[in-house]
Order: sequence, then structure tokens, then C-alpha cells
Amino acid sequence: MPLITYRDALNQALREEMHRDDRVFLMGEEVGVYNGAYKVSKGLLEEFGEMRVVDTPITELGFAGVGVGAAMVGLRPVVEFMTWNFALLALDQIVNAAAKMLYMSGGQFPMPLVFRGPNGAALQLSAQHSQAWESWLAHIPGLKVVAPGTPYDAKGLLKSAIRDDNPVIVLEGEMLYNTKGEVPDEDYVIPIGKADLKREGDHCSIITSGKMVLVAMQVHDQLAKEGIRVDVVDLRTIRPMDVDAITASVRKTNRAVVLEEGWEVCGIGAQVVDYIQRDCFDHLDAPVLRVHQADVPMPYAKAIEKAAKPDVAKTIAAVKKVMYIEA
Amino acid sequence: MAAKKKADTDSALNASLLHSMILQRRFEEKVAEAYALGKIGGFCHLYIGQEAVSTGTLSLLRDDDYVLTTYRDHGQAIVRGMSPRSVMAELFGRIDGCSRGKGGSMHMFDRHVNFLGGHGIVGGHIPMATGVGFAIKYRGGDQCVICYMGEAAVNNGAFHESLNMAGLWRLPVIYVIENNRYGMGTAMERASSTKEMYKRGDTYSMANAEVDGQDVFAVREAMQEAIDRARKDYSPTLLEIRTYRFMGHSMSDAASGTYRTKEELDTYRKRDPINLLKAKMQTDKSLSDADLAAMEAEIAAVVQDSWDFADASPEPPLEALYEDVYVETTT
Repeated sequence: MPLITYRDALNQALREEMHRDDRVFLMGEEVGVYNGAYKVSKGLLEEFGEMRVVDTPITELGFAGVGVGAAMVGLRPVVEFMTWNFALLALDQIVNAAAKMLYMSGGQFPMPLVFRGPNGAALQLSAQHSQAWESWLAHIPGLKVVAPGTPYDAKGLLKSAIRDDNPVIVLEGEMLYNTKGEVPDEDYVIPIGKADLKREGDHCSIITSGKMVLVAMQVHDQLAKEGIRVDVVDLRTIRPMDVDAITASVRKTNRAVVLEEGWEVCGIGAQVVDYIQRDCFDHLDAPVLRVHQADVPMPYAKAIEKAAKPDVAKTIAAVKKVMYIEA
Repeated sequence: MAAKKKADTDSALNASLLHSMILQRRFEEKVAEAYALGKIGGFCHLYIGQEAVSTGTLSLLRDDDYVLTTYRDHGQAIVRGMSPRSVMAELFGRIDGCSRGKGGSMHMFDRHVNFLGGHGIVGGHIPMATGVGFAIKYRGGDQCVICYMGEAAVNNGAFHESLNMAGLWRLPVIYVIENNRYGMGTAMERASSTKEMYKRGDTYSMANAEVDGQDVFAVREAMQEAIDRARKDYSPTLLEIRTYRFMGHSMSDAASGTYRTKEELDTYRKRDPINLLKAKMQTDKSLSDADLAAMEAEIAAVVQDSWDFADASPEPPLEALYEDVYVETTT
């Protein structure tokens, strides 16, 4: 199987879906002539022309709404945000329009629409460019939210997102675009709403998604050397969440650490912990712990930025704590 | 002979325009009555006084064109061809409403007549209409989309972002500012740096015009030019149609006394669009008292029927609560 980057996996997904369905088009800042701020759309303008690969002005609210309107009359827009940080300007369209149109219209207007782009922190981009928005977006009924952590998942989930008749949020990662993995050349999709057991173990569950999947897999490998066997549940989809996969893992291991990129308060992890306490109360041998970003805006300076981010060391410490192992 | 035929056509057209405006007026008077009785809840914004705008503009659209509007949407919904029954049932919050009782006053939708809402956030639907225009061009069609907004929306970022894209990309969107002079209780002079809203079209390379919104013929004339432009080469237009609402912003404020005087309201009431058309038709003797009485009686029956229908329609069942959040994907 070819070994390609996460970036190229997304590019394949876009190209294949645009060939498959001429209602699919890509729009956003720098997606055309510039080939994408992160080169995800490289070559697509040349291949599909400017009606289907649309460079927009820097006008997030406006072009997100263009996507909503086009979806209302049957096109299948893929709206790229250069980063999800900029999508805050478009939240009215995502939350008030895309997520609610079907409901407000009594089922008349589905929204076959994808909003995608990199989410969370990269390196030293500081407070306004380093935010993980999954808890905001997953809060909204009417949206689906996927967060692929590997190139294979990126291609399969983006293709599913484009084929879905509901608005789907695709959370990518600047730090993921260069990562490599095995990705089939051919067409395949990954179902939205299904988690994936990325690593198996019976001592402790790590439940995570997106960029943190790589961290969790490193934790698994490092702890394996100490004889600690970690189950890594990659949610893949944050909404709707695969609660059965979470509870199946926790009932097996009796211990859990929830790892997420964003802030603690009202975060994704809080929701996961709620499912665990409801469905696995009698199976738990320790309180569930969470690993997340420090409760501060992201700083610029290297050392304190590192201190703010969730990482392998913090996750290992949490796993050992729920296993009552002295550090 | 030709002159006679033209006069007959004109009088038939005038009668249909008058009918359209009176239907909206009587329907909304009934809505106000139902609101007072508690049959309609929530926010409810009446269109009374502005009927020549909806009638004038929508009377020229084709069935395959598209309409998006604000939360002041009952009149346009009916003129576009939605049944008064489905609009009234929606207002009553009943299952036979156009949006199954889930939208209410502010969210009229009907895909069968390309009525794409009924939107509650000021300015929020303007980018969507721009997207509909994009889709028309994407498919190479010759439809147009009309996007209504109040004059207060013109100060909103969504307006400027949308007009910039429509002007840049040449999209067949007709942006209609219904300038009724007040954004809720704030006079336009207190909210906008310019009193000539239509001139903002110049900034975005699009044709624009100021129109007398109480004169249904003036509205039609400007609208026809805009439609021709859109169909010919996808050119957008910005129309500022000057009108006035005779009621409060919503059902919760008085028509005058707080932010505008009774004298001002009375002055504008003298240019009631329905009375202006009636007077013209009476002058050219194309409308007799008997014609008018028959029209009013027919409309009264339609409006009463919409009430009876809505009143008899059940509330949405509890299962409906969780329906329409997601659609089953078939692709």
C-alpha cells in the first residue's frame, strides 16, 4: 500500500469525490492559484477549473454562507477555512444556518456541506492561531464532527463527509499534514460515528481523537516497554460519538484517561467522562482522569507553550495515576 | 382593438396586484387577532404597509427563481405562492404548517415554490442568497434570486461581504433593501453613515436604484430591469425600496409613541400602497365598488379558511421533537 502524507490523502479524497460528483466544489482562501495555504488542494484548480475550485476573498462569514446557500439548492460545497481559528467569523453560518436549516424548515432543506481545515495548535503561533474548537462545534445538534488522526482516516472520513447529506465539520491539523501512513489508491470510505481501536491493551483505556491519536499511540508504545498495556480508542467522530466503543473498552480495562487537545472546562473529555460514569460506574477501579491544554490562551515562548500542551509525558503520568503506579 | 386589449390586460394585472396586496393585509390583520388570543406565540413581525414591495417584486419572478427573506416573511411567503393555510398553520405551531410547526413566524420555508426562508438573524441570509446565485451560475442557468433585507441589515458585515462577492463574481442576485426607516426602534439616520443606501451598490460594482416602495408599478419597473440584468449576463443589482411599516417592529411594541410620532405614522399612512392602487383603478374606472366588495369577500373567506385549517390542525406529536435534526444519507 502506498505510503503518503495526510495532506496528500486529503487531496486524493477531494480529487476522487470531485470526479465522482460534479455537484462537489471546493471554496476558500488560497485554495486555487496558491494551491492551498497548506497545499491540500494542490493541482485541483488546474484539473477542475475556477468554477469548482474557488478562491475567495478573506471573508469567512460570507463564503461560509455562500456554501450554505449553494447547499440549499443541491450543490455539495466543501468550504475550507485556512484554519478553524478564522472560522469564528463564520459561526453564524455554521451554527445558525447550516446546523439548523433542516430542522427549522421541517425537514425540507438538507445541508450536504463540508466545513474543513486545520484545528488546534501548531508551533509558536500563539494565542489567536492555536485553538482547538471541537467542543464548541460538537455542542451543536445538526452538525457532525470528525477528527481524523491518520492519513488513512483522513481520506476515508473526508470522503464520507462529502457524501453525507448533513453538514460535516472536518478537523484536520497543521502538525498532521506532513505525517505519513498507508493509504490505498482506490476508493474507500470510513463510516461517520464509528470509533476505531488504534491499539489494544487491557490495563487502561485512552480515549482520544484527532491530533492526540498520535500521542496516544506513542504512549501505548512507551508503556508497552514497561509492561503496561493500553487500549487506544480513537473516536474518529466526535459527534455523533461512538459511546459503545468507549464503554466496551472501559469495561475491559476498568480504567480510563481521556486525552484531548482543547481546554478542560466544558471540553470533549467532560462528555466522555459523563458517558463512562453513566455506563461503566460499577466497572471502574479508579477515577477517570483527563489530559488537556492548560487553562490559558496559548503562549508564544517555546518552554511555556510546551508546558501548555497535552503530550506523551502528561498522558503517561495520568495512566500511571489511574493505575496507582508511583511515578 | 389593440388599445382595448392592452387596457383589459392592464386591468387584469392591476386587479391581481390589488388582490395580492389586500390578501397580505387581511391575512396579517388576522394574524394580529390570533396573536392577541394567544394562538400565535413568540416573535411575530407584521408586514402591513410594505405590501407593494412583495407584490411588485414577486409578481415578476418565474417559478424556477428563488426567494430568501428576513423574519418579516408572511407576506412574501403568500405572494410567492405558499398557501395561506400552510403559513397560518405554521404560525399556530401546528403539524400542517409549512415547516411542520418547527419554525414559526420567522421561518417560513417551502421548497415547492423555491421559498428558501424566513431567516431570523439580521443579515444572516444575505450570504446564503449569494450562494444560491453562485449555484445558478455554476449550473449555467438563467434564474435569479431575490434577497430581501431591512435597511438596518445594510450596516452588517454579512451585507458587505456578500455584495463584494456578487459584484466580483457577477452573480444573478437581486438584493432588495426594504427601507422602512427603522431597525426595530432605531431610525436609519441614527444607524447609517449614509441615507442613500442604494449607493452602496456603487462600491461593489453593481447597478443600483432608489425606488418608491408604496407604488407597486414603480417597484415592478425597477425589478424588471434587475431581472433582465440577472438573466442576461448574471449581473447583480441593489435596489433600495423606500417603504414604511404601519405596525410596530413586532407584536410587542406600539406602532408609534416611543421612537416615532403619531404624526409621522399618519403622514405615511396617507400613502398606503393599497389605497394608492385602488385610487388609480377607480380613476381609470377599472375597479367598481362591487368588484372591490367581491374581492374583499373572497379574500375574507380565504383568510378565515386559513384560520379554521390552522385551528383544526394538530400540534406536532412528541416524536417530531427528534425528527429533522439529521437526514438519512442516501449517497
